[in-house]
Amino acid sequence: MTSDSALSYYGKPIVKEPVWKSEIPRYFFSGGLAGASATLSAAARAAGNDALARRALYVAATGVTVSPYLLIKDLGRPLRFYNMMRVFKVTSPMSVGTWIVAGEGTSTGIAAACELLDVLPRVRASARAFSGLLGPAMATYTGALVADSVVPAWHEARHELPLLFAGSSAAAAGGIAAALTPVAAARPARRLGLLGAITELVTYRVMEKRLGALVAEPYTKGEGGRYAKAAEAASLAGGALMLLAGRNRAGAIAAGALLAAGSWCTRFAVYHAGKASAADPRYTSIPQRARATERGQPAVTR
Amino acid sequence: MRPGDGQTTYGLQIQPRVGFFTDTSVCIGCKACEVACKEWNLVPEDGLVWTGNSYDNTGELSANSWRHVAFIEQERDDGFRWLMSSDVCKHCTHAGCLDVCPTGAITRTEFGTVVIQDDVCNGCGYCVTACPFGVISRREIGGDGGMHKCTLCYDRLEDGLEPACAKACPTKSIQFGPLDELLARAQGRLDDLHETGVADARLYGANENDGVGGMGSVFLLLDEPEVYGLPPDPVDPTQNLRTIWGAAAAAATLLAAGVAFAFAGAGE
Repeated sequence: MTSDSALSYYGKPIVKEPVWKSEIPRYFFSGGLAGASATLSAAARAAGNDALARRALYVAATGVTVSPYLLIKDLGRPLRFYNMMRVFKVTSPMSVGTWIVAGEGTSTGIAAACELLDVLPRVRASARAFSGLLGPAMATYTGALVADSVVPAWHEARHELPLLFAGSSAAAAGGIAAALTPVAAARPARRLGLLGAITELVTYRVMEKRLGALVAEPYTKGEGGRYAKAAEAASLAGGALMLLAGRNRAGAIAAGALLAAGSWCTRFAVYHAGKASAADPRYTSIPQRARATERGQPAVTR
Repeated sequence: MRPGDGQTTYGLQIQPRVGFFTDTSVCIGCKACEVACKEWNLVPEDGLVWTGNSYDNTGELSANSWRHVAFIEQERDDGFRWLMSSDVCKHCTHAGCLDVCPTGAITRTEFGTVVIQDDVCNGCGYCVTACPFGVISRREIGGDGGMHKCTLCYDRLEDGLEPACAKACPTKSIQFGPLDELLARAQGRLDDLHETGVADARLYGANENDGVGGMGSVFLLLDEPEVYGLPPDPVDPTQNLRTIWGAAAAAATLLAAGVAFAFAGAGE
């Protein structure tokens, strides 16, 4: 059986296309930005870099404010969002994520409010530390969330997606903090942005390669492919500019914007790749058939 | 037969695991199952469309179609044949939809079946991405917004009745009963067909070592699963959860290390 003559029922999809709308990739960006910024802020505070710590904290606070709005808006029944809080299930990355978002949102919000009003220094310190510790979880659980699905482009990329999202979050957080912070205090932000962009670019390539030509197709063609190309261009340009002109404020602003744009486009590339991957039955049936043939016969039939 | 995941938590209230055996070799494509299901479960009309795909104007299983009769017209060396098959939720032993549901709306019943509690579901859509068979979807009709699928007529089971589709099926293509009995009956039917020369006959979902731990809905098919729109090797994605959380933990650690690295070395 070749990829072109794959058996199907009138070419109809086998698995359902995700019902998630563009709020979800936008949340992947805002949540990742918030998580990595919170960690950057906590680390900056520990290093005595208050100028960077304050700005990264405000970025994180913006991220955790926007995120729940996007998540709730995407629900089929937004008024029942609180039903997410009635259980904690490790078998559901979305359930685990709900509690991460709740913890991150509360701690970052408290820390930012204390910072803004310049009150309760000890509460602020512990809230910031807590949000900093939870930040990496906030930035990566979304990779686990989409990987725990039957969408071939997502499930088969389960080893790479969390790292891709970590890199993408670091690129956005570093880039935006570098753009907002005076250059003298922004060195760690520049380095984080650059490191994130490199991780993002390399992980995307590795993921594509490891998925093989067929399953990787939605990441390179169509809407997903277009976003991937834009992401690559923006991240490369942003990284190079940050490296060469990051110590100039205007250069840092341009580089930060490009890094953030690259991160944004990466999330949309993954989102659209998933939708396209579910919509075409070949991506589901051909690898399954190959797997079954390798084992002798499909496990489901006898 | 093993119980469905979580079924044993019912303790003394546990019931024998029940399911469907859909013998497609005797399906005549009357769609009585689709109609009975819609009537009993008040499943709304979701558009009257002409698909051009043989006599199948239902299209696929969804929030608004809990039984779906597939029609395949085959021109073969030994002449023309119809394949007709009434598809339904598989009520998997390891159910992806149930595993990922973040509200606990999707539960295992005392009968081993998988049911969505409509008053709990908030329509997040995660179950849609976790079903290897594309059974669940969101109902947009009338501003519903919730996820819906076959309940195996949970309300009828509680009153000792069989599901509406099985009750209405005029050829016993859809059979309902304790899963153990159904599996034995399915095997017997398969052996009979093989003896009479129907070499294409095969069971689908009867192997408890498959990727979903065996299905509560077993099928007798006359061609490859893909021909009916069924996946040839379905896997509950949560089977790989350890790998997935491992990758996330590693990525989170690397992110923390990356932030630490960003502060390493002298300032300017």
